[in-house]
Amino acid sequence: MAFNIYLCGVGGQGIGVLAAALAQAASRAGLEVIACDTHGLAQRGGVVSSHIRIGADALTPLVPEGGADLVIALERLEALRGAAQYLKKGGKVLYYNTAYQPVGVRRGEGAYPSEEEVRLAVQGFGGEALNVNYPDMADPRMQNSALLGLVASLGAVPGLRAEIIEEVLKEIVPPAVLDENLRIFRAAV
Amino acid sequence: MRSLAEMMTEKEGFSELVMGNHALARAMAEAGTAVVTSYPGSPTPEIAEALLAPAEKDRPCHFEFAVNEKVALEFAAGASLNGHPSAVFFKSVGLNVAADSMVQLALMELLGGMVVILGDDPGANSSQNEQDNRWFARMAYLPVFEPASPAEVYVMYRAAAALALERRAPVILRLTTHVCHARETVKFGDLPARHDWTPRFDVKNGPYVPITTSVFPLKKKALEKLASWAEAGEKSPLNAVYKASAPGRRRLGAISAGLPALCLLETLRNSGAPVDLLKLGLTYPLPEKLVTDFLSSHDEVYIFEELDRVMETEIKALAYDKGLACRLHARRGNAALMGEMTPERARAALADVWPEPFPAPERRVFEAPAPRLPQMCPGCGHRSAFHAIKKALPPGAITVGDIGCHSLGFLPPYNMGEVLFSMGHSVSTASGLALNNGLRKVVAFVGDSTFFHAGLPGLANAAWRDSDVTLVLLDNGTTAMTGHQPRPGNGEIGERLNLADILTSLGVKFLRECDAYDQAKLAAHLKEAMDHKGLAVVIARHPCMLKFMRERRRANPGLKPQHVAVDQAKCARHYTCAADFACPSFIRHADGSVTVNPELCIGDGSCIQTCPAAAIGREK
Repeated sequence: MAFNIYLCGVGGQGIGVLAAALAQAASRAGLEVIACDTHGLAQRGGVVSSHIRIGADALTPLVPEGGADLVIALERLEALRGAAQYLKKGGKVLYYNTAYQPVGVRRGEGAYPSEEEVRLAVQGFGGEALNVNYPDMADPRMQNSALLGLVASLGAVPGLRAEIIEEVLKEIVPPAVLDENLRIFRAAV
Repeated sequence: MRSLAEMMTEKEGFSELVMGNHALARAMAEAGTAVVTSYPGSPTPEIAEALLAPAEKDRPCHFEFAVNEKVALEFAAGASLNGHPSAVFFKSVGLNVAADSMVQLALMELLGGMVVILGDDPGANSSQNEQDNRWFARMAYLPVFEPASPAEVYVMYRAAAALALERRAPVILRLTTHVCHARETVKFGDLPARHDWTPRFDVKNGPYVPITTSVFPLKKKALEKLASWAEAGEKSPLNAVYKASAPGRRRLGAISAGLPALCLLETLRNSGAPVDLLKLGLTYPLPEKLVTDFLSSHDEVYIFEELDRVMETEIKALAYDKGLACRLHARRGNAALMGEMTPERARAALADVWPEPFPAPERRVFEAPAPRLPQMCPGCGHRSAFHAIKKALPPGAITVGDIGCHSLGFLPPYNMGEVLFSMGHSVSTASGLALNNGLRKVVAFVGDSTFFHAGLPGLANAAWRDSDVTLVLLDNGTTAMTGHQPRPGNGEIGERLNLADILTSLGVKFLRECDAYDQAKLAAHLKEAMDHKGLAVVIARHPCMLKFMRERRRANPGLKPQHVAVDQAKCARHYTCAADFACPSFIRHADGSVTVNPELCIGDGSCIQTCPAAAIGREK
């Protein structure tokens, strides 16, 4: 069976780079990869997602609902949404622990989940939720590197070693911010 | 890993993990396509991103964004008339704009050949409908190629462009959203020698004027060419049968194309079901012999497609004409005509007629967390404008929106722009709403790129008739929603044009301008405009802050924006900032307090004026 990764976050967080780095690293590790990003109007400041499927029996690019072995989220509410919709029984959720409130919450029409609520909800799906947070980041988009570090340290993608992810980061990240991204990546590893 | 520029210029072939749109751009370069045009629209803009990646002198194809899709298509057709292989690409609904000239293409001898690339959007991921453009192909007598994956995009573009050149004909390459945006490893070939730009237009290849007596000979030729495409489809390797691993008692089959065919194949392989698949790549004209043979050699066949019943209608008619005994199945009910196909939908469709080999998966029940609707970015000038306009409008006012980032104004809390048809419709629709309407003010919105795209004729009409409409032109200086492509007159390419001059010369008599951040002034202008009898235009200007901040960060990597902060001693918990002005940077805490999220605030300060308690200020 294919190994399915569902990535999600809020428009503007730079999820495209995270997904591209992970897909590229998996491909370089000799794994068969098919991936897909979402773009367009509905994503401006809304939910963004990327899909990565690894294995020869994945012919289509989208992860099936309830079929993700791994959910990677750049934001806490989206971690919960991603898990609810996509996590496979017994799968893992890795998320960056930051909160971007949607307009409904700011208007007092909905609740924003706590860390504990996310942990319990994922446990309810028979899964496990882990998060990272680095309060003093130069640019919030470096959260992508922190998550990649967490993926690497846990060996969360079978067949994908930390060195390969780091090698791809060095090619993808602009030189001006590479050192800082590598520092954050390695801190998590 | 190659950069996009390297991918477009590397002389020899290579393999790379790429998006469908980027694979297409490389295919254009390899096919010797000399001229490519477009108007930006999802799911296609990344094709341009790749074409524009190398320095101008190194680009393998000449590429230009045009002012709209019709202009883009005509430009590409003109280049092909001169013998230059050309291509044009745009989103699904862009074809409606281009249609007037597109329906003429098949009548013409296009010396260089031409590929019309359509980015259809099943699921309406980024469009106002999910129209099925396969119908248009039939109306215009144009053959259709439908790739299912990035590797097929590459192969089919090369095949389509070669055949188009050989036949001096236009062809359609129909993509869908998740074919454009899927990524897989594609094996590319070599680049050809540089293009010969000798202009070869000659009326002897015509006629090129389809008027009076020439219409019928031209139509006859178009129909004959279409028949020859059907012959090509019969022997094309793009149309192929995938045999089931083991045959069953009954001989079962399925016919499909594009990404839905891969959904079907994935389901068939996972279930090991004994169903053969005929997967079509050159889908129109239907390869009748191939399909007849497939139907004749099966007891039952499922026709599986996405959106409308296009293949289904044609295959059923074929089976009827040939008197075939094969039992035909297809999707049932209106719900089947909506949204994208997935392997699970393919499974459910087959299980509907053949329950045995396709057991239903375990259903998960979950509680959906708080929704996250799309919203304008922190610092967006549209937010500031809508906040001011909403307060200034009299009760009962009707607001008409248009396409662009400002379309999002229809969502809470602004609820601005209550009607939306298409690009540039707003001022004309508003003019109709305003006719003999003394009771309710009518206010229309349009963005600056859309204004040039299709807003100009509506504006000329409204000025000519002096319609009693207030138009707010939200000018952010770019085509923001699709990724900041240039628009005419913004100074990136060619001369800078003054919007006020254009409006005045079209006959607009009432005109006011201000920065969209100046909410008091904008409200005053709007009130004055609504009091004016006849057409009044207010330009609310502010640069797209997403683009502005990106450029500033690029110039100054260490840039630290000076955030705003809420003075907790002054905050009276009106929540105007968080709930009504609704900048995403504000956080409303469980204890009722409001703070600012430094990860989101760009330091624009457009919120400061909105606080009734004057509690928002610059961070010290």
